[in-house]
Amino acid sequence: MIDLKISSEPINIQSCVDWVMAPESGGIDVFIGTVRNATKGKKVIHLEFEAYESMALNEMRKIAETTLATWPVHKILIHHRTGLLNIGEIPVVIAVSAAHRAAAFDACRYAIDMLKQTVPIWKKEVFEDGEVWVAAHP
Amino acid sequence: MMTVNILAFGIAKEILGGTAISINFSDGVSVLEIKTILEEQYPRLKQLTSFAIAVNGEYTKPETIISPGDEIAIIPPVSGG
Repeated sequence: MIDLKISSEPINIQSCVDWVMAPESGGIDVFIGTVRNATKGKKVIHLEFEAYESMALNEMRKIAETTLATWPVHKILIHHRTGLLNIGEIPVVIAVSAAHRAAAFDACRYAIDMLKQTVPIWKKEVFEDGEVWVAAHP
Repeated sequence: MMTVNILAFGIAKEILGGTAISINFSDGVSVLEIKTILEEQYPRLKQLTSFAIAVNGEYTKPETIISPGDEIAIIPPVSGG
């Protein structure tokens, strides 16, 4: 089973865990992305996330389907936020349940790594003296 | 000729000056030709690490031909998570 969401509302981690919980599962792996207070030593004020929502959900679905086809996992959830996020807030949660931990860890890592490569979501770092779209320029 | 609406996100939105623009292309225009035309009209796109053109919400090959009514989007390097 797959649950995907892009929203400007805060992500409730407990709801994510509850959703992936399954009687046949022996473990749940959860990746929680958090807004860091600095990039390369430079103080970050906040981040702004923007998504091409229909395509992002489409790409998230491909990732989720690949995890289900590759590892013996039961459920995968991928939620991502948009809009302005302050330090310590949560832009992304990936939760995976499986009978055994190895599959859950591997699938979760694959999902976050792929999300960062293919899902059309962009983040702007806002500093005290300017702002930068992450990864835009070489 | 056909008019194509192009969506722009992230830094591309700033370069194009809005979330969407309309450009006239010849019939049978390819993704690669659209990229070239966009780079000519908006030279700052050439300074990006890379950018992709999505058609109807999918990454595409450069030789893909655009049809009227396709949803085209400029996808600068993604940075979610």
